[in-house]
Amino acid sequence: MQKFTTIESTVVPLPVENIDTDQIIPARFLKATTREGFGNNLFRDWRYDEKGYPKKDFILNNSEYTGSILVSGKNFGCGSSREHAAWAIQDYGFKVVVSSFFADIFKNNALNNGVLPVEISEKFLKEINEQVEKNKQSRLIVNLEQQTLTIKDTGVFQKFDINPYKKICFLNGYDDIDYLLSIKDEITTYEKQSNYLSLLK
Amino acid sequence: MKTLFEKIWDAHVVTKVKDGPEVVYIDKHLIHEVTSPQAFSGLEKKGIPVFRPQNTLATADHNVPTLNQHLPIKDPLSKFQVDTLTENCTKYGIKLFGLGHPFQGIVHVIGPELGVTLPGMTIVCGDSHTSTHGAFGAIAFGIGTSEVEQVFATQCILQNKPKTMKIEINGKLAKGVLSKDIILYIISRISSSGGSGYFVEFTGSAIRNLSMEARMTICNMSIEMGARGGLIAPDETTFNYIQGREFAPKDEQFVRAVNYWKSLGSDPGAKFDKTHIFDAGDIEPMITYGTNPGMGIKISGNIPTEALIEDPSEKISFTKSITYMGLQAGECLLGKKVNYIFIGSCTNSRIEDLRLVAQFVKGKKKASHIKALIVPGSKQVQKQAIAEGLDKILSEAGFELRQPGCSACLGMNEDKVPAGEYCISTSNRNFEGRQGPGARTFLASPLTAAASAITGYITDIRTFTD
Repeated sequence: MQKFTTIESTVVPLPVENIDTDQIIPARFLKATTREGFGNNLFRDWRYDEKGYPKKDFILNNSEYTGSILVSGKNFGCGSSREHAAWAIQDYGFKVVVSSFFADIFKNNALNNGVLPVEISEKFLKEINEQVEKNKQSRLIVNLEQQTLTIKDTGVFQKFDINPYKKICFLNGYDDIDYLLSIKDEITTYEKQSNYLSLLK
Repeated sequence: MKTLFEKIWDAHVVTKVKDGPEVVYIDKHLIHEVTSPQAFSGLEKKGIPVFRPQNTLATADHNVPTLNQHLPIKDPLSKFQVDTLTENCTKYGIKLFGLGHPFQGIVHVIGPELGVTLPGMTIVCGDSHTSTHGAFGAIAFGIGTSEVEQVFATQCILQNKPKTMKIEINGKLAKGVLSKDIILYIISRISSSGGSGYFVEFTGSAIRNLSMEARMTICNMSIEMGARGGLIAPDETTFNYIQGREFAPKDEQFVRAVNYWKSLGSDPGAKFDKTHIFDAGDIEPMITYGTNPGMGIKISGNIPTEALIEDPSEKISFTKSITYMGLQAGECLLGKKVNYIFIGSCTNSRIEDLRLVAQFVKGKKKASHIKALIVPGSKQVQKQAIAEGLDKILSEAGFELRQPGCSACLGMNEDKVPAGEYCISTSNRNFEGRQGPGARTFLASPLTAAASAITGYITDIRTFTD
């Protein structure tokens, strides 16, 4: 995982609620056996028509909105556990997703891939959307060390939560698997002591 | 005093990361062809082996055709993915029930039917419907591919302990109401995100009276309310279901296991972070009208109107949803013409589902414009259906009984619903494009699907007197 510190960027607003991972990356694009290239099909059926032409009214096809921060409605990433959704978002170039609520599995998948899910209040989310509506070039500043999300134009900010362990992982570029591999002896000891495992042996 | 969830969780915590998540030991890891290849290549890249290959079980289900499974898979990408699974399983010594194997099937159907899924276990799979296995009193949930790799490498994952929720359903179900209706009802009441952050225990007399397969349907869809998973305390129904299954404990070991399993229930007075109580008598056959599983109504009811929705962004999502579905706010769905019926998926493709449908359609014929697909959850379900003569009944009624796989639930194979068409589906998701680009899905029970196949339009099963 890459190190993450501070990001300042314009945003792509997608104020739709309950965006499920089937919208982020439809099932028919899950046939790959590598992690690369999913960004081309990010939001495929909202982004392209049946003939493969870009749909003009979709935000990713509007060159006035760019940047590495996606701002979305509540319950983002619900549905299927496909990590391909997080890969697609990252591969497209987003480093942060802002929402008032994330679905559990998506949140874990994003965190495991260096995409930072920033959860803020409904009210602040609305404020960001209003600001971007006023000025498409508005920038947000994500400061992970301080755990703040700031609207640059107004200076208004909100603190966000992140598990202290995950914060260390993000700041240093650590993966969970490295940690788990480092405690393999403890895992073996657990296996020897577990009553449940001996019951099924 | 502990809840059932806490008892199993606590028994599986290896250690806790300071200020962080817990390290949870995984008893059973299930894998399939779609979410495993990148995890295997991760191991390859790091040069690490699978730590406990005997604790992982593999099958091919998402991508497989449901016709002519004895022939090579036509779609080259699907074929490559399925072949990659076979190669990886051979290389790492993982048991695989691949295409053509008598135990092949949807991963959440074969685990329970083979006696692999047991009470008290922790079970994960790179698939959100892993919650199905919770019906046995197990902690079972879906994970992403990075976590699949972690389980391969260490048999553990890092998890923050979820909160606990109790959903109690008391009373007797009305005629024609199935467990699918119970879960669609619950989700319609608490919304598709109402369970987020929680692990749910389903209790109450209505749950106790359900068969194991009906309980699996309920736990299967706990993810559709956003919950991490759902579980039901094991009882005699559970033990009877497990006894004698292929990989279940046998003889003395079974007796010892049952003794332990009997301790798996929430202690009286154990505290839940949240509780919902529903009356089974209030549940009717249900159907969804929108593009998330929380958008469900009683089949005789009406789609809500915009005026009933206060939150402006919810209003936008609602309008987007019914526009996609080609429906009107306030409309009643009864009598709406549909062209496709899909009976299958990890929610409703077990032998009891097939029996119910066959029993209902026996001597009847589907409407001429209907295409009705019935896809068994596993080779064993298919074999049993044929042994009971269900295949003949279904075929005489005009239903196509296919070979096992996930099929039109997510349309990764050829089984898709064309753009703009309506399908009544016994699966678990009505998301935009889920059954094929532009497809419009109504989620319902197998009986509602069967009745609607006969009439050709959305039908209340209770209007059939038999």
